[in-house]
Amino acid sequence: MATPMATPMEMTAGAEPPAPHKHPYHLVDPSPWPLVGAFSGGAFVLGIILGAHYGNWWMLYLGIAAVLTTMFFWWRDVLKESNTPGIHTPIVRIGLRYGMTLFIASEVMFFVAFFWAWFHYALYPSQVSGAVAPAVWPPKGTLTFDPFGLPFLNTMILLLSGCTVTWAHHALLNKDRRGLIVGLAITVALGLLFSTLQAIEYAEAPFKFTGGVYPSTFFLATGFHGFHVMVGTTFLAVCLIRAIRGAFTPERHFGFEAAAWYWHFVDVVWLFLFVCIYVLGAGEIMQH
Amino acid sequence: MATATDTHHHDDHHDHAPPFFQRWFFSTNHKDIGTLYLVFSVIAGIIGGGLSVLMRMELQNPGMQYFADGQTWNSIVSAHGLIMVFFVVMPALIGGFGNWFVPIMIGAPDMAFPRMNNISFWLLVPAFLLLGASAFVGEGPGAGWTIYTPLSDSQFHPSPAMDMALFSLHLAGASSIMGAANFITTILNMRAPGMTLHKMPLFVWSMLVTAFLLLLAVPVLAGVITMLITDRNFGTAFFRPEGGGDPVLFQHLFWFFGHPEVYIMILPGFGIVSHIISTFSRKPVFGYLGMAYAMVAIGVVGFVVWAHHMYTSGMDVDTRAYFMAATMVIAVPTGIKIFSWIATMWGGSIELRTPMLFAIGFIALFTIGGVTGVKLANAGADVVLHNTYYVVAHFHYVLSLGAVFSIFAGWYYWIGKMSGRQYPEFWGKVHFWLFFAGANITFFPQHFLGAQGMPRRYPDYPDAFWGWNMISSLGSYLSAASVLVFLYVVYRTFTSGERVGANYWGPGATTLEWQVSSPPPFHTFEELPRIR
Repeated sequence: MATPMATPMEMTAGAEPPAPHKHPYHLVDPSPWPLVGAFSGGAFVLGIILGAHYGNWWMLYLGIAAVLTTMFFWWRDVLKESNTPGIHTPIVRIGLRYGMTLFIASEVMFFVAFFWAWFHYALYPSQVSGAVAPAVWPPKGTLTFDPFGLPFLNTMILLLSGCTVTWAHHALLNKDRRGLIVGLAITVALGLLFSTLQAIEYAEAPFKFTGGVYPSTFFLATGFHGFHVMVGTTFLAVCLIRAIRGAFTPERHFGFEAAAWYWHFVDVVWLFLFVCIYVLGAGEIMQH
Repeated sequence: MATATDTHHHDDHHDHAPPFFQRWFFSTNHKDIGTLYLVFSVIAGIIGGGLSVLMRMELQNPGMQYFADGQTWNSIVSAHGLIMVFFVVMPALIGGFGNWFVPIMIGAPDMAFPRMNNISFWLLVPAFLLLGASAFVGEGPGAGWTIYTPLSDSQFHPSPAMDMALFSLHLAGASSIMGAANFITTILNMRAPGMTLHKMPLFVWSMLVTAFLLLLAVPVLAGVITMLITDRNFGTAFFRPEGGGDPVLFQHLFWFFGHPEVYIMILPGFGIVSHIISTFSRKPVFGYLGMAYAMVAIGVVGFVVWAHHMYTSGMDVDTRAYFMAATMVIAVPTGIKIFSWIATMWGGSIELRTPMLFAIGFIALFTIGGVTGVKLANAGADVVLHNTYYVVAHFHYVLSLGAVFSIFAGWYYWIGKMSGRQYPEFWGKVHFWLFFAGANITFFPQHFLGAQGMPRRYPDYPDAFWGWNMISSLGSYLSAASVLVFLYVVYRTFTSGERVGANYWGPGATTLEWQVSSPPPFHTFEELPRIR
């Protein structure tokens, strides 16, 4: 049967420690990471410019390293605070939920831009300015993927990973430590499998990245989704490490929930990509 | 609006501010971060405003005076627009006043995510440096603030300058999105006991709507500039006809962001003006709920009118008819606001202090800009007026004489609260009248120029347009002089301003910030206020 959850000290179920203030909010101590993070972001974008124009990529590597370092230390501080009794009060935890929900909402709008680009060309191809009627979508001569090959397999993989992350969540709620860890580990593995299959698909693509507007919309929409899969996989992997260390309790595990929300968001974006771009947007199917 | 009972303060030993470097560079305090935003905005405003004076100097007379070529001109026009939108108006209204007063007005001790609040500010610094440096790289980013393709593509802007401007927008956009999430969470999750949504001050309502617009519009900008960056650098063809792409797609995506963006710039001003009109009329705001939901309506409808910026892009007539009708619908909630401000003043005990002058100036001039906006909303009329100085006059009436007036109104209204020292009334009024005269003399003649057909974004013009251009330029010098007066007011305020108590405006000022000391303690509300 279920192994009992490891519980951090002073975080027993139900008991909320007293807040250090007369109000339930978290007044954060001064932190260097916002300043460092902002200039790391500046170095990151400058790095892309220097790389694209002068073939000089060191600034980009520096920027990426600095951004990742900032993220590590910033979230390390958040975890420290969450493990300090009295800081992440119930109302602060509600605030974190708002924050994650709003972040995902903004991410949805980011994908709206790429779907908009797709539909601009896909819905009424002959109405696109400059098009020679009767224009078609995908553009004449474009070979596309068989949606029921790798893309369908990837759909199944992501849907299955949605199930396994829910399994992990229920195990967590039911103090089934082993189920939590196994469920999360399988979810992370499925995420990695998805990324691998997507890389294989890209390698087999019958069109080039620079081959015109069809590959542009295809690769940026699916590519940004792929990037989000990797972010989500990383988020879940961090949760897996924390689960193994016993950081989650049935009452308090918002880090896990945020990762699960994010994962479901990535999943739903994929379903839209699969239906709109792979199935409805299929043209002449490429043959192996 | 809500009135507070039982707010008292202990300036006890918990009220230590951190040492200088930590306090201003590692800040997690909403008031300090608000101050940083305001200082940033003033610096950026002097630069961006200075560029506009340069432009008026060039346009004072026909022929080329100061600018070497059209591309330099275009770069200056673009820099002026981008700086004013992203580095002056937004940081002042949202980052500055929003940060300072949203938590205080809802009775919260700080923002929901204080660290994220600080990165929202600091991201503006590398963003501004990138944009500023871009002007000195290659041909400069000369595609206007709307960065339309194909002009912004590498065929016409091959150097890194345009990429620097685009990535500057990415950084400023990330700052805005994080700020928006922060404000929404703060307002929805941290209101003091009794502060229901329907008791919330109108400035907080305005910030809530603004934050939602930011959260949903700015990511679309991020998407479209990402496409432009990959078109420019990595060989995609989103907007390149030779690869099957469509420049009109860029316009749709840009304006789906760009139209909410103009409401993002004006809604906080609506909030500020409501408070000031109420305070100096000694009456509660007329039709409080109508005022709140009018802003919600403007925000919602603002998302479905974007293509009225694109009437000349070749859209079919039915689409233009829809966007025309939808756009004019916005005049209804805006009218509710204008008439409710007038009704607030009606029968009030009006005191014409500097903030009130700016607020009344705002109402009058924003109304002019709004009326020309209704005119421009007509697809048929806009085909003639599109890209003329009529449009320039219109959006400067709502922004330069709307949003910027509301920034000054807020500054005069709250500087005593923020600094503990009151501004000199006489010089404040001198500033107002100089700026009011200067801005109107600058922009009113531009209606005539536009109606006569003078196109925007050119450094030269036929002699027939000379007269009004000369007058417009003289007006801009007057506005520049008024900025010097403003800087003198700032100097006087901080060196010899009279020290003020908690509520120096008297019984008309009812929101929570008037219950705390001036300046408020480092941490406001150690004990939460209760709202009746």
